[in-house]
Amino acid sequence: MPVSDFQPVIGLEVHAQLLTQSKIFCGCSTAFGAEPNRNTCPVCLGMPGVLPVLNQRVAEFAVRTGLALECTIRPTSVWSRKNYFYPDLPKGYQITQFDQPICEHGRLVIDTPQGEKAIRILRIHMEEDAGKSVHDAGGGQSLVDLNRAGVPLLEIVSQPDLRDADEAVEYLKAMRDVLVYLGVNDGNLEEGSFRCDANVSVMPKGSTTFGQRCELKNLNSFRFLKQAIEYEIARQVDVIESGGKVVQETRLWDVNKGVTRSMRSKEEAHDYRYFPEPDLPPLHVSAEAIDAAAKALPELPRAKLQRFTSQYGLPAYDARILTAERPLADYFEACAGHYKDYKKLSNWFLGELMRLLKEEGTPLSALRFTPAQLGELLGAVDQGMVSANAGKDVLGEMFRTGKAPADIIAEKGLAQVSDTGAIEAVVDDILAKNAGEIEKYRAGKKQVFGFFVGQVMRAMKGKGNPALVNELLKKKLGD
Amino acid sequence: MQLTDLTMLELAAKLAAGEVSSEEATRASLTRIQQVDPKVRAFLRVDEAGALAAARASDVRRKSGSPASTLDGVPLGLKDIFLTEGVETTAGSRILEGFVPPYDATVVRLLKEAGLPLVGKLNMDEFAMGSSNESSAFFPSHNPWDVSRTPGGSSGGSAAAVAAREVFGALGTDTGGSIRQPAALTNTVGLKPTYGRVSRFGVIAFASSLDQPGPMTRTVADAAALLQVIARPDAQDATSADAPVPDYSADLEAGVRGLKLGVPREYFTEGMDPEVEAAVREALREYERLGATLVDVSLPHTKYALATYYLIAPAEASSNLARYDGVRFGLRAKDARSLRDVYALTREQGFGAEVKRRIMLGTFALSSGYYDAHYLRAQKVRTLIREDFTRAFQQVDALVSPTSPVPAFKLGEKVEDPLSMYLMDIYTLPCNLAGLPGLSVPCGFTKAGLPVGLQILGRPFDEAGLLRIARAYEREHDFFRRSAPL
Amino acid sequence: MALTLEQVRHVATLARLSLTPEEEQRFTTQLSAVLDAVEQLQSLDVEAVEPTSHATLTSSRLREDVTRPSLPPEKSLANAPAKSDTSFAVPKIIE
Ligand SMILES: [Zn+2]
Repeated sequence: MPVSDFQPVIGLEVHAQLLTQSKIFCGCSTAFGAEPNRNTCPVCLGMPGVLPVLNQRVAEFAVRTGLALECTIRPTSVWSRKNYFYPDLPKGYQITQFDQPICEHGRLVIDTPQGEKAIRILRIHMEEDAGKSVHDAGGGQSLVDLNRAGVPLLEIVSQPDLRDADEAVEYLKAMRDVLVYLGVNDGNLEEGSFRCDANVSVMPKGSTTFGQRCELKNLNSFRFLKQAIEYEIARQVDVIESGGKVVQETRLWDVNKGVTRSMRSKEEAHDYRYFPEPDLPPLHVSAEAIDAAAKALPELPRAKLQRFTSQYGLPAYDARILTAERPLADYFEACAGHYKDYKKLSNWFLGELMRLLKEEGTPLSALRFTPAQLGELLGAVDQGMVSANAGKDVLGEMFRTGKAPADIIAEKGLAQVSDTGAIEAVVDDILAKNAGEIEKYRAGKKQVFGFFVGQVMRAMKGKGNPALVNELLKKKLGD
Repeated sequence: MQLTDLTMLELAAKLAAGEVSSEEATRASLTRIQQVDPKVRAFLRVDEAGALAAARASDVRRKSGSPASTLDGVPLGLKDIFLTEGVETTAGSRILEGFVPPYDATVVRLLKEAGLPLVGKLNMDEFAMGSSNESSAFFPSHNPWDVSRTPGGSSGGSAAAVAAREVFGALGTDTGGSIRQPAALTNTVGLKPTYGRVSRFGVIAFASSLDQPGPMTRTVADAAALLQVIARPDAQDATSADAPVPDYSADLEAGVRGLKLGVPREYFTEGMDPEVEAAVREALREYERLGATLVDVSLPHTKYALATYYLIAPAEASSNLARYDGVRFGLRAKDARSLRDVYALTREQGFGAEVKRRIMLGTFALSSGYYDAHYLRAQKVRTLIREDFTRAFQQVDALVSPTSPVPAFKLGEKVEDPLSMYLMDIYTLPCNLAGLPGLSVPCGFTKAGLPVGLQILGRPFDEAGLLRIARAYEREHDFFRRSAPL
Repeated sequence: MALTLEQVRHVATLARLSLTPEEEQRFTTQLSAVLDAVEQLQSLDVEAVEPTSHATLTSSRLREDVTRPSLPPEKSLANAPAKSDTSFAVPKIIE
């Protein structure tokens, strides 16, 4: 059977680092990039005698995420120990949640070529991250850095509802947008603060029994996720086609070779011996706390996108870009309060503003001008007080100095000349000096018109209202 | 009478009156250790410099009229399970030999803040697993009342040191009887508080849902005073209780008239030493004379407590002891060349037989295919045991029983028979499973001169009630005045 | 229940204990005896009983999300059997 006769079945496990100041069970900083073991204390080093105390923001973030993903929140969730030995796991067990996680039974809607599709969320639980081992340290040694040990994570497990690599990518993007919108995660795949494993299996089309699945790891970009899943589907189909059986195992995406390869671990079969963590009482979340979190929930990316198309009449393309990040969407809405041609406003956002932000590397939060000032500038352009081109310069100046647009226009003398008399005088002067060109024009060489416009604009230092210049030139040239 | 014969509160009174200095008391304690510890072997380590420095600081406070607490200046010993910043802490194990903690346990901090000089670290069964002190990786401690016998365990060193008057008091921990049983075997008072009453932060874990630190002293009033220092909620222990801390000495002398004391049928069983039973029965009659009513009660699931305990405690221990892996602190096997060796050889060489036995048992009880029938079932039976107590406390104010079925036994007698050793805890461990407070108070001696202890169990957070009941008996029988024949 | 030698070896592997042959034998006997003794729990009907995993039913004590000073690395690593700069060192991990 060709690949097209097989149905892939995919589920994703997302690990999202929560944006807390301190670790999940101790006061050490979660900051990235410190010298090894700089952010460690007896608790996260797993020293004798230490006890974990839950960072309450971790629970808040978990509830917020659960609500955004339409989960049921457990009034009482239970911590468990997952026991295994590894040098970057200081206590010899990971504190996580097992049979009673904080959130269950949610969904996330994604777009597919066939339309909207709801991917079911099986569960969300809180847990601590492990440290980092550097294996190729030389001298036959591996080195252990426990700065990451105890950083709070949410694990979000989907049902195996995804049917191809594109859906998986779409799901992961949508998930990232939601988490970033909620302010619980920075969405950074490269640094690993947002990461995912994929469970992939294939079954003959029409079958209802899932095939044996493999877990794919090391998928630290959307591209790798797509490539790895596509490779893995083809590999599993090959195995089955050649009469073999897919073995349940963990496989690593090899970026360089573009293949998934088995992690032939010499480790004995795992037996994590989960049991309830005696050092942490069960976590109680009150109905009031859940209600309050639900009320405080921000509008989510998908809802916002739909509202931007309906409320502002924007094309889906514009709305998608404007709502990709919450601060940009918020800023657009603030500006929309001061300028009512939303499509034109969107053009300025998608063009000039985003170019400036990107070039200067400025975060939106550091913008020095107000939405009212941007509205004022666009109004001035509409009214012909300043040309569209000069308007871009004004915006650049506002961006750098935070000065009011009117002041910049005045200071730089960018005000557009819309006085017909003044323009007419310049036009007359230019025509008088270029009798030969007028001849050519009248003889049919219409492109000379551009020459006249250029001459007039140069004489006016670019400040002539282009519409008026055009109009007067045409009149004088007898068109 | 020597200075070291004073109780904690007697010494505190003399310190307050300026009749004696903390430095003198601490030196007396250190001298006594030099004299008798070669026979008792209670101490793993003596911190002479640290104790004397703390004593002098206390004397300065006393002189300036601003003592840090009523016990300011009273020298104390610590079971080697409490982490002490800068002072080696081993839990009686080779695997932690040379481990110098970078922080103090919460209770150690509280003791320091209250001004008590800490004279040293006391011997214990390795990781508190044992009832005789013989599983200590270093040496067994001896019972001051008969040095051929055990002082009990796991806080055997602490009990022996207090009984031998090497220290005025000590802290121990109790997971299945480790404070009360050695107290009973050494003619001392041992109090295991309600689970959560005293912080476990900085206390090396054996079984997290059962462990509880508590005072080990010569008298009931000393136990009340010491508990007053260490009982409080701790932001670093999520299982520590917010319940208000009462004044433990307020009702100490209130007597037992009108109280109902339950006598659990299941705690007077075959296998109990007749002399122990006789001493305890006599104590019960004393309570009747003092105006208490004895009530026959039943705790029907008592017979399951031992099995329940020996599944839950080893299971938690197997996980708690996974951190001793030779990576970040403690022993690493010298001949370990691979990561696998670092783990397996270090743990093989660093742990003693009893610890390995319990790690094996606990790992098995949690392992795939056996969890439901072993660990989970034990947790359910634990509920039944708790409910037994809840029902009993609807009828009575406290329960009274022997602490240990037998007096101190010979060192070496039970080492090769783990099950008979485990039976030493049958009257003490149900209390831990239920999280209740329990106390052992001296109630006489056998003909051979071996101490017998009376156990009193109470409602959650009713330490004050237990102390009051124990004190009523102690007022009539001051066995604590007798000194061991050293 | 009686444990087999194989089971004892498997459990020792899970627990990362490199037991000697004598220990394997001794633990097989001793653990079997303990497991026999705990067998009595099987006779109880606990179908409808909730398990107790925590001795007291305290509500969870939480902490604010504020950072507190970490240990300086020299203290974090003071007890390390082997280290390299401020990292713990172990024999090379083979994956
Ligand atoms: Zn930390």
